[in-house]
Amino acid sequence: MDAINQGIYLDYASTSPLLDEVLEATQVLLPQFYANPDSLHTPGSKMAALQQRARKQIAGLLGCQDHEVIFTSGATEANNMAIKGIALANQAKGKHIVTTAIEHKSVMSAITQLVDHFGFECTILPVDAKGNIDLHQLEASLRKDTILVSVMAVNNEIGTVFPIDSITQIVKLYSKAYMHVDYVQALGKIELQLQRVDAASFSGHKIGGLKGSGVLFKGQNVPMLPLLSGGQQENYQRSGTSNAIANITFAKAMRLAIESQPDSYHKANRWKQRIISECKQIEGWACISAEDASPFIISMAYPKVPSQIMLNALDQKGIYVSAISTCSTKSQQVSYVHQAIGLSEDRSRSVIRVSLSSMTKDEDIEAFIQAYKEVIFHGYST
Amino acid sequence: MVTQPNIIVVRFAELSTKGKNRKQFITMLRQNIQEVCKGFPSCKVQQAYDRIYVLVNDENASELMNRLQDVFGIATLSLAYQVPLAIDDIIDAAFTLIQKEPVSTFKVITRRMNKQFPLESDEINRAVARKILQETDFVVDVHKPQVKVLIEIRHHEAYVTVNTIEGAKGYPVKIQGKAMLLMSGGIDSCVASYLSNKRGIEVEAIHFASPPYTSDAAKQKVLDLAKVLTRYQPFIRLHIVPFTDIQMQIAINVPESYRITVMRRFMVRLAQRLAEQRRCKALITGESVGQVASQTLESMSVINEVTTMPILRPLVSFDKTEIIEIAKKIGTYDISIRPFEDCCTIFTPVAPVTKPLLHKAQRFESKLDIETLIEESLAATEVVMIRYNDAKEEDSFF
Repeated sequence: MDAINQGIYLDYASTSPLLDEVLEATQVLLPQFYANPDSLHTPGSKMAALQQRARKQIAGLLGCQDHEVIFTSGATEANNMAIKGIALANQAKGKHIVTTAIEHKSVMSAITQLVDHFGFECTILPVDAKGNIDLHQLEASLRKDTILVSVMAVNNEIGTVFPIDSITQIVKLYSKAYMHVDYVQALGKIELQLQRVDAASFSGHKIGGLKGSGVLFKGQNVPMLPLLSGGQQENYQRSGTSNAIANITFAKAMRLAIESQPDSYHKANRWKQRIISECKQIEGWACISAEDASPFIISMAYPKVPSQIMLNALDQKGIYVSAISTCSTKSQQVSYVHQAIGLSEDRSRSVIRVSLSSMTKDEDIEAFIQAYKEVIFHGYST
Repeated sequence: MVTQPNIIVVRFAELSTKGKNRKQFITMLRQNIQEVCKGFPSCKVQQAYDRIYVLVNDENASELMNRLQDVFGIATLSLAYQVPLAIDDIIDAAFTLIQKEPVSTFKVITRRMNKQFPLESDEINRAVARKILQETDFVVDVHKPQVKVLIEIRHHEAYVTVNTIEGAKGYPVKIQGKAMLLMSGGIDSCVASYLSNKRGIEVEAIHFASPPYTSDAAKQKVLDLAKVLTRYQPFIRLHIVPFTDIQMQIAINVPESYRITVMRRFMVRLAQRLAEQRRCKALITGESVGQVASQTLESMSVINEVTTMPILRPLVSFDKTEIIEIAKKIGTYDISIRPFEDCCTIFTPVAPVTKPLLHKAQRFESKLDIETLIEESLAATEVVMIRYNDAKEEDSFF
């Protein structure tokens, strides 16, 4: 084991280590199962059968039909595919999209592209200090030409949980728009609400699957223009040789994640309370994540120690957390999620995000609390 | 107060027509349900006079419901609460269940078989409806309700359910004995198997393989199809009969236009032999009149001539689109359309005869040593047992 693996990993919202069960399956699959599932020879059809079984298992877990499961390279692709694909296929009916101010970068950017280059209009719903949208405002934003509403289930930076059921009900009652949900931070963490949802994105590597595995659920009656054209893979909706082993093991990771969800939720809740009760004694410390947010994502600020310094100091102690969304670490700007919830720039620059999963242990939380306090009490303040 | 629906109520199909055979029907259905429940170790099957109850226990109720929807002989299924004979418990259960449904219109229907119960049906209806009206946005519609709340007051307990699902109907599989299905791997033979199951027939399958003209993948396709068909019949015995030598002999000795006719006659002969060995009472094919050259009435009569066994053709009057619709419903379509050659497609002549004559077919066959060819083929036949709940090496990947 190298040094990285001996530390304490608390950045599960970015990605997760492989589950042992996934690792075992991959070790058996990788050397033997190299064939292209679209080949007609024996190794090819074996591969196809395994991938089909994976698709079926995922459909069963999501409560949809087999052919409504589209394997993708990850959630960024799934989000892009759903948003651009559904928008472009339905633009004759209207060119208006509704989303929220705290969506993941891949949703934001996909919509921005549609607005900048394809003549779409977008309403971005503002959020309050806890990250919640106003459902009346959502209702008011829906128009005759609204064709798509894209909302995340759990925010990746502050853990806000959107009421997907109520949002879907409003969207379906007051518009003809399709409803897309980014479920990346919800899978295995909170209960999924897929009733009447038209499209939903999932990521494999956030729940202990391989990198490069994602799924888009898309209802069979929802028109969507494929982003990648070519061969017959995924029913012509996503061409390119299938990443079959990633897809097969995603089914296992998803099953394990959903099976352990109630138990992990319970544990995460306990850990969140534990962190808050210890840290709130520190003067100036604030929990940015709301009380009713997903307990797996705990965003916190201590304005005297900037994020980057806190990150480095914890890193030296072998504790790995994140400052803001990992997908935005290369831009020096303040997080747009923090701006949207009205966080001052000062605070925003001192936020760190601790994110948990079913693999987290009690000791990890205690070690974090101890190290975090050490950094704060023994200097590094600016 | 229970929080999860804990029992599945199974109501029987086609029973009214069965008279004396009622007992046999129920016993067979119960056995078939028990077979399905083997995949759900903690559930229990109980039989009452006019119902079968499946106690869900620790199992996943919706998966169990899905499986039971494939069992023939069931008219309807309901996922229900079994509650004590007390009006408060009945109201609670109904209230919990209806909250899981999208808000719409409802009606309460009570069947009060236990006349000792202190409230009359109408009083029970009113009591339950009052709670729902007071605490939810549901409104009553007695004519076309979206949600029906069904309450059964029985002697020792009451059942409360809101959604009744259609069962597969038909007769319990096996009640009519066994028949031998000619299974090509195409769309039709699977649908024929399903429809035969529906009439209570247990199916054994025979598949003709012509390696190297047909590939291993083509054989795998048939195995995969049989696996899907075990949803409707817990296990299937599949006979894989080598057919290459016979086809070669036919190709050498029979004029092109008669090859299909003679080939089909061989298939029927082989199937009949196996059927007799396996005590099957009939043969089943996926033929539909007029679909291809070998399926004209003239062809059928020439092909039929080699056997005395009844040949059941459940698809005889179906259109292709109707057959495809059923194939999609039963889950075989996507496998059936995998693009592998089967033994029928490889030797297909450009212009097969559509109105073959028996004496010509017999004359062409006289050049072949029919008995030896059949004996050799049967001797090399491979038997595969396919079960719904087969554990496989690959299970560990999932």
